[in-house]
Amino acid sequence: MKETPLSNCERRFLLRAIEEKKRLDGRQTYDYRNIKITFGTDYGCCIVELGKTRVLGQVSCELVSPKLNRATEGILFFNLELSQMAAPAFEPGRQSDLLVKLNRLLERCLRNSKCIDTESLCVVAGEKVWQIRVDLHLLNHDGNIIDAASIAAIVALCHFRRPDVSVQGDEVTLYTPEERDPVPLSIHHMPICVSFAFFQQGTYLLVDPNEREERVMDGLLVIAMNKHREICTIQSSGGIMLLKDQVLRCSKIAGVKVMEITELIQKALENDQKVRKEGGKFGFAESIANQRITAFKMEKAPIDTSDVEEKAEEIISEAEPPSEVVSKPVLWTPGTAQIGEGIENSWGDLEDSEKEDDDEGGSDEAIILDSIKMDTGVGISNIGSQDAPIVLSDSEEEEMIILEPDKNPKKIRTQTISATQEKAPSKKSVKKRRKKRATN
Amino acid sequence: MAEAAGVAAEFFASNRARAARAVLDQVVLPGEELLLPEQEDGEGPGGAGERPLRLNAGARSRVRVVCGPGLRRCGDRLLVTKCGRLRHKEPGGGGGGVYWVDSQQKRYVPVKGDHVIGIVTAKSGDIFKVDVGGSEPASLSYLAFEGATKRNRPNVQVGDLIYGQFVVANKDMEPEMVCIDSCGRANGMGVIGQDGLLFKVTLGLIRKLLAPDCEILQEVGKLYPLEIVFGMNGRIWVKAKTIQQTLILANILEACEHMTADQRKQIFSRLAES
Repeated sequence: MKETPLSNCERRFLLRAIEEKKRLDGRQTYDYRNIKITFGTDYGCCIVELGKTRVLGQVSCELVSPKLNRATEGILFFNLELSQMAAPAFEPGRQSDLLVKLNRLLERCLRNSKCIDTESLCVVAGEKVWQIRVDLHLLNHDGNIIDAASIAAIVALCHFRRPDVSVQGDEVTLYTPEERDPVPLSIHHMPICVSFAFFQQGTYLLVDPNEREERVMDGLLVIAMNKHREICTIQSSGGIMLLKDQVLRCSKIAGVKVMEITELIQKALENDQKVRKEGGKFGFAESIANQRITAFKMEKAPIDTSDVEEKAEEIISEAEPPSEVVSKPVLWTPGTAQIGEGIENSWGDLEDSEKEDDDEGGSDEAIILDSIKMDTGVGISNIGSQDAPIVLSDSEEEEMIILEPDKNPKKIRTQTISATQEKAPSKKSVKKRRKKRATN
Repeated sequence: MAEAAGVAAEFFASNRARAARAVLDQVVLPGEELLLPEQEDGEGPGGAGERPLRLNAGARSRVRVVCGPGLRRCGDRLLVTKCGRLRHKEPGGGGGGVYWVDSQQKRYVPVKGDHVIGIVTAKSGDIFKVDVGGSEPASLSYLAFEGATKRNRPNVQVGDLIYGQFVVANKDMEPEMVCIDSCGRANGMGVIGQDGLLFKVTLGLIRKLLAPDCEILQEVGKLYPLEIVFGMNGRIWVKAKTIQQTLILANILEACEHMTADQRKQIFSRLAES
């Protein structure tokens, strides 16, 4: 899809506003948008938000053989991708000029500044080294991708932990995170890009241009710097002439901005470390609820549970102690079982328990359980495949009712079942019949 | 809202069509089937007289029901295609009325009769190509301006803003815009001036601002003298005396979307003081 064109009136308005030192979002000339850093569940995963621009960073590692001319150095790999999700104008599967420019700038900023100790990534010289891969995905585009991407890359690298390895003679052992704690990468410094947009041939300058400002700017200057005020990369694009003192002024501003951002990054990393130690939820993993169904909820039926305990105690106190006969399940044929001895059974009288259930309400599942067990007890011989009645109940009262001893053992089971069916309210009977069919 | 979503979930569980009358101002979800009350049966809403809507009910049913955005007729069934709240407007003469789904979205789909703000992207022969934020650019004839003739062409440059109206908007055809009404008058449409600020908001906010009982516009109007144009495609053009005022107005209008009436009043009173 084509990019929405910028109208003449927007362009004119933006330029006039910049002349008056005003910006669309109310920022001052040297202000950054809000930076927010969140971490994922795994190490080496983060999302950086710069205003509405969002970049996802993910670091991964792999053991590979090193390059021939650098036998003792690990390999760093950076890849930024502009997905179509970020802005409809980005085409998938095509290396646009912007993408190439951003990728090269990132590599220069992070690899060539030697911020990561590549020698420490060597496992066996000339044979095995770690390859660290940094994948950056632009999730939303609202200008100044490079700053957000460089922050995301360095944050993800600082956050990343690689598996520990040990070398004994010729043997290389790779430890899982359970065996040995993963080790962080050794990072010398944190280079961060700061972008300056120039307007009217360099007369006006803005820090952190947003998407609309980027569209009307004449030139862009990107300075990558660390907190020791060392310039890692500097790039000017757009073909504007910059004066010496302009560049100097920009580098001064960049120094201040980098200090602020570095502090923010360190605070975010510390926070994450702390929360992880405490075992709480962290980062954007927090927003993902595991094993929870949020949709299609059935509303709870109101149940009066005010005097359940007394009722339950009453039942227990009234109840006779259970019969001494310990029923053992008898296996007739594989797949079938019989509990109890023949027609004898020590389960509770259904009619009585039914009435009590009605008082209590909400424990109808227990009766189903009863009647099913009864069913299986009677028709044990003619049930071919006996599916275990899958009635899961975890409330306490139900169990008590099951424990109730038999007051009227002479009764024939089939009769009891039919009686309960007639007596039970319609809802229950439907349920029961279904269950019965399933068991038969 | 959550309650309504629960009801909608229940619908999916039971898999049966709900009566449109019963779910007015509630959340409906795409794929849901709705039933319209058959007025001829003479039974009250929600009664037993509800049957699926029959489009070809013939002479028996003279009730005219209009299905607006978010609803689609599929055979004799009425299906929901967007998620949002079901709305209904009673017509003057009784019966039927208009049903539509009020949803929140940013992507604009051209609709015949909508007034929109477009950006001229190309001039080719006797038509202009206008970007309206839809899936493809709309075409605008140079004769579709007030007072334009073959000799007297309107002065439109690439990049200009156009306020116009759709006369053709089909899903299978290029949309076509005009800047005149049926009498050949401009009626406010045409090229928008060179100053001012254009910004994008959600389609829901535009509808909210254009609603007849909307207080926001009146309150905004009390702040500064301003010129404002709303396009149904989510674009607003605003111009005040100074750049500062224009910026303030743009930011207020954008922020209005997620503010309650009380919060809005507070902000307006604070602005009026300063």
